[in-house]
Amino acid sequence: MNQAIENSIEPVLDVRSLCVDFDTKRGPVRVLDDISFSLNAGSTLGIVGESGCGKSMTALALMGLVPSPPGRISSGEILLHGENLLEASKKRMRALRGDKISMIFQEPMTSLNPVYTVGNQVAESIIYHQNVTKEEAREQVIELLRSVQIPAPERRIDEYPHQLSGGMRQRVMIAMALACEPLVLIADEPTTALDVTVQAQIFELLLEIQKQRNIAIILITHDMGAIAELADDVVVMYAGHKIEEGSTIEVINDPLHPYTQGLLRCMPDIGEDDSEVRQPLFEIVGNVPDLANRGAGCPFAPRCTARVDECSTLPETQLLKDGRRVKCWRPQSTMPMPEVTAS
Amino acid sequence: MGSKYHDKVISDPLVSGDGEAVINVPIEGWRETFSMFCGNFVAVMGALGIIIVILVSIIGPIILDADPFEMVGTPLSEPFGEFLLGTDYLGRDVFAGIVYGAKPTVLIAISSTLITVVVGLSIGALSGFYGGWIDNVLMRITEFFQVLPSIVLAMVLVAVFEPGLISIIFAIGITHWTSLARLTRAEFLRIKERELVLAQRAIGATNMRLIWRVILPNALPPLIISMTLTVGICILFEAALSFLGLNDPDTITWGLMIGLSRDFFFEAWWTVTFPGLAILLTVLCIALIGDGLNDALNPKLRQR
Repeated sequence: MNQAIENSIEPVLDVRSLCVDFDTKRGPVRVLDDISFSLNAGSTLGIVGESGCGKSMTALALMGLVPSPPGRISSGEILLHGENLLEASKKRMRALRGDKISMIFQEPMTSLNPVYTVGNQVAESIIYHQNVTKEEAREQVIELLRSVQIPAPERRIDEYPHQLSGGMRQRVMIAMALACEPLVLIADEPTTALDVTVQAQIFELLLEIQKQRNIAIILITHDMGAIAELADDVVVMYAGHKIEEGSTIEVINDPLHPYTQGLLRCMPDIGEDDSEVRQPLFEIVGNVPDLANRGAGCPFAPRCTARVDECSTLPETQLLKDGRRVKCWRPQSTMPMPEVTAS
Repeated sequence: MGSKYHDKVISDPLVSGDGEAVINVPIEGWRETFSMFCGNFVAVMGALGIIIVILVSIIGPIILDADPFEMVGTPLSEPFGEFLLGTDYLGRDVFAGIVYGAKPTVLIAISSTLITVVVGLSIGALSGFYGGWIDNVLMRITEFFQVLPSIVLAMVLVAVFEPGLISIIFAIGITHWTSLARLTRAEFLRIKERELVLAQRAIGATNMRLIWRVILPNALPPLIISMTLTVGICILFEAALSFLGLNDPDTITWGLMIGLSRDFFFEAWWTVTFPGLAILLTVLCIALIGDGLNDALNPKLRQR
């Protein structure tokens, strides 16, 4: 804990201009372009964006698990506690993974090993990193399962993954990730495969664990609601670029990038409906561009309603007040975007 | 099985009053597998069959004082008469042949299957897991062995070394691992893409651990079936080699008996049928064991 308090001054995790390339037959394709963010102990960073925009790749890069070949981290720095993970040896990286930085996955159904009991799997994570006997590990596992609110952990520990419900499995995954008191926990769409009530429970659990252990959480999701509820800061990604960054409250109340504005308008609004006619849900027309044949300009330009001539060149990241950053030539401050006339 | 499992869970001691957790002794995985296996009637029959074969191969020659190569009666005498299973074209007792042939046959089958499993699993696992140039090299080697007619390769191997039990086992093992290697590779390619492997990496698992403790157990079901079938194939292959005179002629095996008597198949059916039945039943028992093991090792089927 003392260590954690010391770190609260300096960021636990500092990512600086991270670039990831995939080598294809037609040449390298940049899937992550100049991603930077930092994270303090006890805080939550949300990463949002639609499918294929590089959210999960960011997570894998942080874990040192970019599929290679064809992927490779071409430049940048990932500083965990001041230690550059990109310069760490494979052995060191393996020791850090699951110990100092750990991850939970989208699908609790497929990320647990069906042939071992859940206790066995959680214990493995402890045995890898700590010098403990099997009996000690077992006791620790029971405590861990209790801390992720699994009822009757003494019994559950000997059950197999298929005997647990989806929510329980995700709790087991969380227990595995927490086994060694990590500094950073990456949650890659932890609730996508779960139903809404269980989602709420899992988020609640993550918050509570964060409060108890003062860990930093990176929450990757496409659910703006989850971001609003959990994250302190948010990074919006599009086609491998970080297009907007800022504190959650500000980004949600006053999104500056047209893409962020679009994302927020895509959320269904449940409230009293005075109008007789139901409004169709907003849609950002088009798809994420093919990263291999993307023009030089702003990656979002082809779908942007506020497109201007300047958008054919890549915008600089503008640093605004309160640490907000936006990668757009014409950041617009008005929340609902009616027709924007290009001047 | 369902109710039995349930009872066990309910009777488990939970947390005791003073807050000190009563840690249960973990249920021994092997014991559970064993009890599951014993609940499978067919598999137990298979196991019994194999135990009988092994007992016969060990104790048979001690109890039955005979020489399977000795001419003891009229050639081609019918079974269930003076001789239980009749005699062959030289008047040798077929029953004695089966009893004495059990040991070399089983020994050859099991040992060569073991070689097959060790070589096939290792090559398939390494090649499927690492991919890239390792996969390329290992698969080219596998193809080299697949392309050569196995009987020719085995003949060369046995001829180079001295014909005998060891060289036969070696020759059969070396020529039969390829299909298991390919199957293992295919399973590894399929399973290594699954999220559970990524999740294991994320908690810091080493490659060796991923191969042997994570992917292999998940790949086992089709591999076990393939291994049990290999035992049968090995027995038959040994028969072929014996028939070609490549086994030690002083060692009687079931395959040798069939090979020697094949010309008398229509005149004296018993000379080939009984050794053939012995092979069939042994292979069947092994297949049943394999099937039972497969179910017993699968946690999903344990509670059914």
